[in-house]
Amino acid sequence: MFVAVVFVATSFNFFLPRFTGQDPIATRLELLAAEGDTIRAEDYKALIETYNAKFGLDRPLVFQYLTYLSAAVRFDFGNSITKYPTRVSELVNQAMPWSIGLLVTSTLLAFLVGTLGGAVLAWQHGPKAAFELILPPFFLLAAVPYYLLGLILIWLLAFQAKLLPLGGGYAPTTLPDWSDFGFLFEVFKHSLLPALSIVLASIGFWALGMRSMMITMQGEDYMLQAEAKGLTKMRTFFRYAVRNAVLPQTTALALTLPHVVSGAILVERIFGYPGIGRVLYEAITGFDYFVIQGVVYIIVLAIAFAMLVIDVVYPLLDPRISYSSA
Amino acid sequence: MATNATTEPLASRGSTDASDALNRVGGLWRYMKRNPSIIAGSVMLGIIVLFWAFGTLMTSPKDAKDLAFAPPNKRPSLQNPHPCYSSENPRELCFAYDDIERPHLLGTDRLGKDILASFSQGIPQTVMIGLIAGSVGTVVGTLLAFGAGYYGGVLDATIRFIVDTLQTIPGILILIIITIAWRDVGGGEMTFIQLSLIIAMLAWLGPTRVIRSQVLVMKQRSYVEMARLSGMSGPEVILKEMVPNLMPFIVANFVLAVSSAILASIGLEALGLGDFSSNTLGMMIYHNIWYGSLVNGWWWWWSPPIIVIVILFIGLFMLSRGMDEWANPRLRRRF
Repeated sequence: MFVAVVFVATSFNFFLPRFTGQDPIATRLELLAAEGDTIRAEDYKALIETYNAKFGLDRPLVFQYLTYLSAAVRFDFGNSITKYPTRVSELVNQAMPWSIGLLVTSTLLAFLVGTLGGAVLAWQHGPKAAFELILPPFFLLAAVPYYLLGLILIWLLAFQAKLLPLGGGYAPTTLPDWSDFGFLFEVFKHSLLPALSIVLASIGFWALGMRSMMITMQGEDYMLQAEAKGLTKMRTFFRYAVRNAVLPQTTALALTLPHVVSGAILVERIFGYPGIGRVLYEAITGFDYFVIQGVVYIIVLAIAFAMLVIDVVYPLLDPRISYSSA
Repeated sequence: MATNATTEPLASRGSTDASDALNRVGGLWRYMKRNPSIIAGSVMLGIIVLFWAFGTLMTSPKDAKDLAFAPPNKRPSLQNPHPCYSSENPRELCFAYDDIERPHLLGTDRLGKDILASFSQGIPQTVMIGLIAGSVGTVVGTLLAFGAGYYGGVLDATIRFIVDTLQTIPGILILIIITIAWRDVGGGEMTFIQLSLIIAMLAWLGPTRVIRSQVLVMKQRSYVEMARLSGMSGPEVILKEMVPNLMPFIVANFVLAVSSAILASIGLEALGLGDFSSNTLGMMIYHNIWYGSLVNGWWWWWSPPIIVIVILFIGLFMLSRGMDEWANPRLRRRF
C-alpha cells in the first residue's frame, strides 16, 4: 500500500499537468524567460535547459516518466523558479520540522482529549453532567474548518486580547537560535494559536467516534463479567471499555490523517506559519511548479509513512492482530 | 370520501385521500420530533436562504462589482491612489457605484463591493459548486459502488484499490495540481463552474466507499436473493430491489458529498485558486486574508462570511446526521 500510494502520487504529479494537452511548466518557463522581470532572463534560460536536459521533453513520454520517477525517488525536484538558485529540497527541508512539530503535537493532543472525553461521556457511572455541558459545542466545532476557527481565534486572542502573537513562527526581530531558551519559548508562543485551532476543531470528531464505540462496548458480555467480578469502576473503565473502544479510534486516526493535513495546510497559510503549507501557498501564487510538485510528493510520502507507523504499532494495541505467520 | 369513490373510482386505489395525506404529514411530524437533527439542520439552511433572499431584495447585482469596473472618477489612479479612504462612513472602505443612493447595510469592502450584495451573488454560487460536485460524486459513486459491491470479483478489487489509494492522498493536493494546470492553460481564467467540475473529479471517492459496504450487506438479504433466484437480471435487481431500499442512505450521502465539495472549494479559493470574477464565500475569505482585514480591524468585512460558512457547514452536518439516522434507524440507539 505504501509503495502504491507514493507511486500514484508521483504519477499524478507527472501526468495531471500534461492532461491539459500541453506542458504548462514549459509554457510558464518560456513565458517567464521572455518577460525576464524578477530574475534575469539568463537564469530562466538556464532553468529551461536544466529542465529539458533532466526530463528530456523531446523524448517519448514513457522515457520522460521514467526519468521523472527516478528523480522523485532521489528527492530531486530541481530548482525553485521564483527563488532561482535555491533547490526545492532545501525549501522543503527548512519547512518540514515546523509542520511536523505543529501537526504531531496538535493531532495527538486532540486525539487524547477527544477520545477520553467521548469515553467519559458514554460511561454510565462517570461524571457525565459536566461533560454533557462541555462536549456538545465541540461536536458542532468539528463541522467547522480549522482555518475559519483560526481566523476567529486570531481576532479574539491576538487582535482583541493581545495575549498571543498574530502569526509567523517567531518574532521577526529575533534571530533563530535553537539553543536559546527564550527563543524556544517564543516559538512555543507562536505555535499556540495554530495548534489551538486544530485541537479545538478536531476534539469533537474524536469524542463523537469514541462515544458511539463506548456505547457499543457497554453492551458486550465481558463488560457484564467485569462488573460481576467486582472490579473497581476505574479498572472496568480503563482496562475493559476504553481498552477495546480505542482500537477503532486508532484506525480512524490513520484514515483521517489526509484530512488533518489538508486542513493544516490552510491553517499555516492563515497564520503565516513557516511550515510546508506556506511554502505550498507561496509556490501556488508564484507559479513555482517544481516546488508544488516537491511539496505534494513530500506530504504524500509523510502521510504514507505515518500510516505505516500506525499499522506497525497496531499489534501492540491489539494482541489479536499479529504480523508473524505463527 | 364515499362521493369521491363514486365519482373517481380509480383515485381511491392510490389512497391519496385528504385524511390519509394528513396522517402521513402527522407521521412525518412525529418522526421529525424524534429526530431533531433534521429540523435543526433545515432551520440553519433556511436561515441562509432567508439571508440570501433579503440580500437580493435589498441590493442590485451591480453593487457586487469591484473597483476595476468603477466609474473613472472612482477608480484608483495616480492622482487618487486610494479612493477608499476618503469615505466618511467608517464601515465603507470604498465603493464603486453610487449612481443610486442605497444604504450599505453590511458596509462595503476594500474592493468596493457592497457586502450584502456580494452575499446575494456568492451564496448561490457556492451552493452551485457544492450541488454540481456533490451530484456528480454521488451518481458516479453510486454506480461504482453497485458495480463493485454487487458484481464483486476483479471489478470490486480494482475499484477498492483505487479508492483506498486515492483516499490516502489529501484531496486538496490533487485538486491543487489539477486546478493549477487548468488555470494556466485557460490563460489564468477559471469560472466557478469549472472549479466545481474539478472538485467533482474526486467527489466520488467517499460515496463509493460507503455505499459499497451497504450494497455488500444488502446483497445478503433474502429479498435480494429471492429476486435473483426468480431470474431477474443484475441491473434489474439493482434498480428494482436495491436502489429503492438504499435511497435514504444515498440521499444522506449526497448531503455529505455536497458539504465536502463546498469545503474543498473554499479551501482551494482561500489558497488563491478560485474564480476571481465570482463572489463565492471562499473568494470572500481569500480577499479578507489578502487585505489583512483581521489586523486592520475591518470586522464588518470578515465576520459575515465566517458566520455564513459556519452556519452552512453546521446545518449540512446536522442534516446529514439526521438523514443518516433516518436511513439507518439502528443508529438511534447509539447516539
